[in-house]
Amino acid sequence: MSKGMLIDITACTGCRACVNACRTKNRLDAPPGARLSETDFTVLEHRDRLAVRRMCYHCNDPACASACPVAAMVRTPEGPVAYDEHRCMGCRYCMVACPHGVPAFEWHSRMPRVRKCAFCPDHVAEGRPPPCATACPTEATLFGDRDALIKAATARIDARPERYYPGIWGRDVAGGTSVMFLSPVPFDRLGLRTDLGPDPLGHATGRILALVPGTAATVVTVLGGTYWLYRRRAAVAAEQALAAARDGADAAAREGREGGR
Amino acid sequence: MTRPRVTFWRLFIVASLALGAYSIFVRFHEGIGGATNLSDGTPWGLWVGLDILTGVALAAGGFMITAVVYVFGLERYRPIVRPALLTAFLGYLFFVIGLLVELGRPWNIWHAIIYWNPNSALFEVAWCVMLYTIVLALEVSNLIFERFGWVRLSRVFHAVVLFLVIAGVMLSTLHQSSLGTLFVIAPGKMHALWYSPALPLIFYVSCMCAGLAMVMVEAFLSQRFLKHPVRVDLMARLARVLMIGLMLLTLLRFSDLWLRSALPLAFQPTEEALAFWVEVALFQVIPIVVLWPERRRASPRRLFVGAFSAVAGLVTHRMNVATTSFVSSSPTDYFPTWMEFSVSIALVVAGVVVFWGFAKWTPLFAEGEHPPHAAHRAEHVTRARPGPPTAISGCGRARRGARRLPAPRRWPGGRSTAPGTRC
Repeated sequence: MSKGMLIDITACTGCRACVNACRTKNRLDAPPGARLSETDFTVLEHRDRLAVRRMCYHCNDPACASACPVAAMVRTPEGPVAYDEHRCMGCRYCMVACPHGVPAFEWHSRMPRVRKCAFCPDHVAEGRPPPCATACPTEATLFGDRDALIKAATARIDARPERYYPGIWGRDVAGGTSVMFLSPVPFDRLGLRTDLGPDPLGHATGRILALVPGTAATVVTVLGGTYWLYRRRAAVAAEQALAAARDGADAAAREGREGGR
Repeated sequence: MTRPRVTFWRLFIVASLALGAYSIFVRFHEGIGGATNLSDGTPWGLWVGLDILTGVALAAGGFMITAVVYVFGLERYRPIVRPALLTAFLGYLFFVIGLLVELGRPWNIWHAIIYWNPNSALFEVAWCVMLYTIVLALEVSNLIFERFGWVRLSRVFHAVVLFLVIAGVMLSTLHQSSLGTLFVIAPGKMHALWYSPALPLIFYVSCMCAGLAMVMVEAFLSQRFLKHPVRVDLMARLARVLMIGLMLLTLLRFSDLWLRSALPLAFQPTEEALAFWVEVALFQVIPIVVLWPERRRASPRRLFVGAFSAVAGLVTHRMNVATTSFVSSSPTDYFPTWMEFSVSIALVVAGVVVFWGFAKWTPLFAEGEHPPHAAHRAEHVTRARPGPPTAISGCGRARRGARRLPAPRRWPGGRSTAPGTRC
């Protein structure tokens, strides 16, 4: 069963308890920054006088995982998108691919890693809420089964329609995410992507990559066939030339004989 | 070439290599951030745009010219096969070196061999580049074989070269277009002037244009610095193909923008629009204007300017795709540091130096110097000579070669592969 989190922005007071819990859990000692970075796996961004939690949203079919050439980014069945630094070659294609700008890179390290919220897999695999959800005093960050959270979110919207923008961000953004949002205002005003459509981003490249075997076969066939045709034409031409030369020689010999007679 | 000029270029070469080496040292000592202006918002910069995307695209001349000569049998292009192949090989060689600098964890570069992710466009590129670099190395190896007179290896080369050429075209087609596929995963993050689902096609067509242009630029530079006379007639023919390619590319590029309703973005006062028009000017307008009427294609200067502009245009396009297009969605701006430039310059300079070495020490320009039919005739003479020495000597190896001879050989090999010269 896939786990998820529901972040209710109407309930968030901006107390940063989640941020501090994350910093403690992941031993992030650098001074906290305003944006996601190699030492900030979750931050509160202020938009429209609202505190918007930023973190890895743990897509159901993540662009980063589809992009990674060595499968160092993998979505686990429980929901967390895991990163394996021992596989990673540091190409940073995951950072290019992520539509939410989440993965951060250790730019000043000699052995750099890609850093992001891991959705505390040690907690999530056991069904326990991650520290950021436990720390939240106002139930602005809820942890649970993803399906149950969607039901709870719908119930919240139905119960107080005047309070909520009618929609759950993340239910089907680019294939859906594990971390979903409820908001009082349209989601694009919070800086959340609303232009992505329901298809996972990896499907667009996947459709093109599906053409690879056919393209390879076509190129080889066309070139091989062309080569064979040209060879054949040249061989025929050579034979004809040879035959013509032989005829010519015969004729000349005959003429010579007749001339001598 | 006068003496002071040689000194200047030598100074330039040494200085740029030294600066590049220093920057590479800084990059490994302090991390990528210590040498570059890259950030989480623009994770790919000059090194990806120039060393990787451009380096690979400019090497496209190799697969095109070899296919034209070996598969389509257009022997008139034979003289430029070897320089084009060498340019391609060095392009990939220095691309791989650049990649080792660019990757954050280069010691894991071989992981693409054991950890597979077939959904990834970069995985496909990695495999194709890996295989194609091997193919190119094999294709270039004959220069070494001939240099040292290793006839047997040379003969093996001629036996398999067709397969190498076809494999090369296939691998190139796949990864040149897949480099464009890489970016199809980033809609919305990339500026609409560059993002397109048609990027694979745009990358493929543009690499062929720029690959041809690079072959021309390389020929003119060989004349200037290696005193190898340029075949203006051949260059004019290439220029015609280049023109057709560029017009196709223009059509593709603008119809794509128009279909995606992104064309109005080009007329807004933004940095992106400026970058777009610089690209269009260099890649499409200048080459087409300079090379347009056929009579102008007799002028070496025009040919060079047109080809050089197309190469510069490709550089701009790849830089725009890898960098400019991401700036608007990134919280940070990006302009390369001098160290990033110095590494890219050093890689190009190193490539030129190795090219010069090949030109000096191997029969780089030897093939197809004479018109091909003359070479054919020469071979016929050899073949028709009564009682070839190889047959008399009874050397098995040579006899095998002799037995193979009666088959019509459409593509005469290099000098030292002439049958019966050794046994």
